[in-house]
Amino acid sequence: MVPLHGYLVVSALLFVIGVTGVLVRRNAIVILMCIELMLNAANLSFVAFSRELQNLSGQIFVFFVMVVAAAEVTVGLAIIVTLYRNWKTIHVDEIRMLKG
Amino acid sequence: MDSAWLIPAFPFAGFVLNGLWGRRLSRKQVGMVACGAMALAFATALGLFWLLLRHSPDQRVWEPVYYTWMAVGDFSVNASFLLDPLTMVMVLVVTGVGFLIHIYSTGYMHDDPGYARYFAYLNLFACAMLILVLAGNLLVLFVGWEGVGLCSYLLIGFWYEKQSASDAGKKAFIVNRIGDFGFLLAIFLTFWTFGTLDFREIFHAALLRFQPGDGVVTAITLLLFVGAVGKSAQLPLYVWLPDAMEGPTPVSALIHAATMVTAGVYMVARCSVLYALAPLSMGVVAAVGCATAVFAATIGLVQNDIKRVLAYSTVSQLGYMFLGCGVGAYVAGIFHLMTHAFFKALLFLGAGSVIHALGGEQDIRRMGGLRRQLPVTFWTFLAASLAISGIVPFAGFFSKDEILFETLVTGHGVLYVLALGGAALTAFYMFRLVFRTFLGESHVDPESAHHVHEAPLSMAVPLMVLAVLSLVGGWVQVPMLENGKRLGRFLAPVFEDAEGLLTEGTAHGSHASLWTEGVFMALSVVVALAGIGLAYRWYVADPTRPERVAARFSRAYRWLLNKYYVDELYQAVVVELLKRLAETVHEWVDRAAIDAVVDGAGAFFRHAGTHLRRIQTGLVQHYALSILAGACLLILAALAV
Repeated sequence: MVPLHGYLVVSALLFVIGVTGVLVRRNAIVILMCIELMLNAANLSFVAFSRELQNLSGQIFVFFVMVVAAAEVTVGLAIIVTLYRNWKTIHVDEIRMLKG
Repeated sequence: MDSAWLIPAFPFAGFVLNGLWGRRLSRKQVGMVACGAMALAFATALGLFWLLLRHSPDQRVWEPVYYTWMAVGDFSVNASFLLDPLTMVMVLVVTGVGFLIHIYSTGYMHDDPGYARYFAYLNLFACAMLILVLAGNLLVLFVGWEGVGLCSYLLIGFWYEKQSASDAGKKAFIVNRIGDFGFLLAIFLTFWTFGTLDFREIFHAALLRFQPGDGVVTAITLLLFVGAVGKSAQLPLYVWLPDAMEGPTPVSALIHAATMVTAGVYMVARCSVLYALAPLSMGVVAAVGCATAVFAATIGLVQNDIKRVLAYSTVSQLGYMFLGCGVGAYVAGIFHLMTHAFFKALLFLGAGSVIHALGGEQDIRRMGGLRRQLPVTFWTFLAASLAISGIVPFAGFFSKDEILFETLVTGHGVLYVLALGGAALTAFYMFRLVFRTFLGESHVDPESAHHVHEAPLSMAVPLMVLAVLSLVGGWVQVPMLENGKRLGRFLAPVFEDAEGLLTEGTAHGSHASLWTEGVFMALSVVVALAGIGLAYRWYVADPTRPERVAARFSRAYRWLLNKYYVDELYQAVVVELLKRLAETVHEWVDRAAIDAVVDGAGAFFRHAGTHLRRIQTGLVQHYALSILAGACLLILAALAV
């Protein structure tokens, strides 16, 4: 039986990897994947707590997160496609017209 | 009577009509509206006068209250009028003389492009003046007081395209502000002391609560007198009136001779009870009046502009009225106010007729010999000059003599001698004007000599009516006769309380004998005749003489000609000082403090913006980093709590 903090450590690791990816990677698709990683880190915590506390709400929440994540990826990919059509690149450091 | 509101309402209606639609009306219609409004006001006043006379003397007071103007806590002011014999005299003078001057104006202003505007202002003035004299409390009076001030400003600067005219308008307005400041303080102090502004309530409370000489009443009356000094052009605030001659001549006749400038005298007479409780203020009023009377008369001796001589004469005559009020002879003061309205309006209108005939010439050195060409103007002007000089049986004789005599019997010997000297000066400068304008050789510019023409009927008729009034106007108050003092008896209920107070302690209530009165009356006529005789010798018999005298006393002559350099003194002391102060304030407060704060605020945000905008890099990952940092901070904060 894996104790609760084991799940939480893995979840935190996944989250930090996601955050780091969002902050440092230039490729928009990779950034999108890292966001998914953060969402799934949260999902892992939900499920772990759900089992620990014998409460199904956490698992219900995970379904919601998955649905939202699917929608988000759809929109995100559409944006990336449009970006590529306009700039011929999906590197976020090259797309910086909105600045002061 | 409740219909008293109609009296100011008619001129106001005329103002609205001519002010809003005057451009679309023909000149004839504009004149009809303006004169018709004044005629209706005069008729209403006559009707009320008749009603007033039908009551017994002690019931001749009406106080129509129209509505509560404002009520704040204990403070409540009604829009109310006070109709008593004093008001009635003033209303009749304002509407009567005003009506004549309106008619005269239709002739005088005939070719002016601002015809409708002129009559709109003139009607507005009449409305404000009537509110002033009808007012039942100090605040309503103040409304009229400021209203006439505004109209005075508008009409002095009527020909505003002329720099001197608009300057004169501003000068009148600003100098009057000084007086009005005192007047406002007086209103505040009155309310603070009595808790009301209603005339009758104030006087009633003052009689109950105060003894003669109490400080508060003295302060109130002195402050009120500051207002009167400004409005009625007394020393030291008289400087605006001579400059006010820049306005059209009928305006000078109506506003700066017959009505508005007498508002101060009216106000002092209206508050006679308060003044009677303040012997010090009475003394100040008498002294200032007497000093002004003589001072202005000396300046009038040498001025060469026909209207300016009359302006200084007005200042001087107003001084006599204040002298009368100051020695407790309120009836005499109001009597002189009334007769002065007749003959001074006539003098100005006559001067206007001369100016009109000569195509705008105002310098008496370029007049002379106009008697034959302008007979109506000459004879009416002569009548007015005799009246102002105080020759029997013209109006001015009775009123001026009463003031002089009352000054003497109340024990003001010095003031009497000064005022008598002033009367001689008056006779001299008036006949200097008559002789140089109408007699002797013609010095008229040959160019305009051809065009000299007698005034049209619309101007001649008011001259004649006023000439008759200048003759008979004094007969309502004849001394020494049984039942001669009709005006005095009519006004008696108004001044009853004040005169009771004044005669209380002293014995001067006992009247001097008829014989003494006769002697002093003869003396003032002799003095006036001496003034006229001297003027005749100098200006008709030996026309080179004035120049020789002027050369001999060149220094004194220059002082008089330059009006004692009072304008220059005020310019140097008051105007320059205030300018300097304004510049200093501008430099240190406006520029150094306020502008610095405002500009500094702008500069701060501009600089902050130029630096902070670099944070907005356009790189999404930078924003994500700051979101992360923010989230971490929030979590830390949550943990710390």
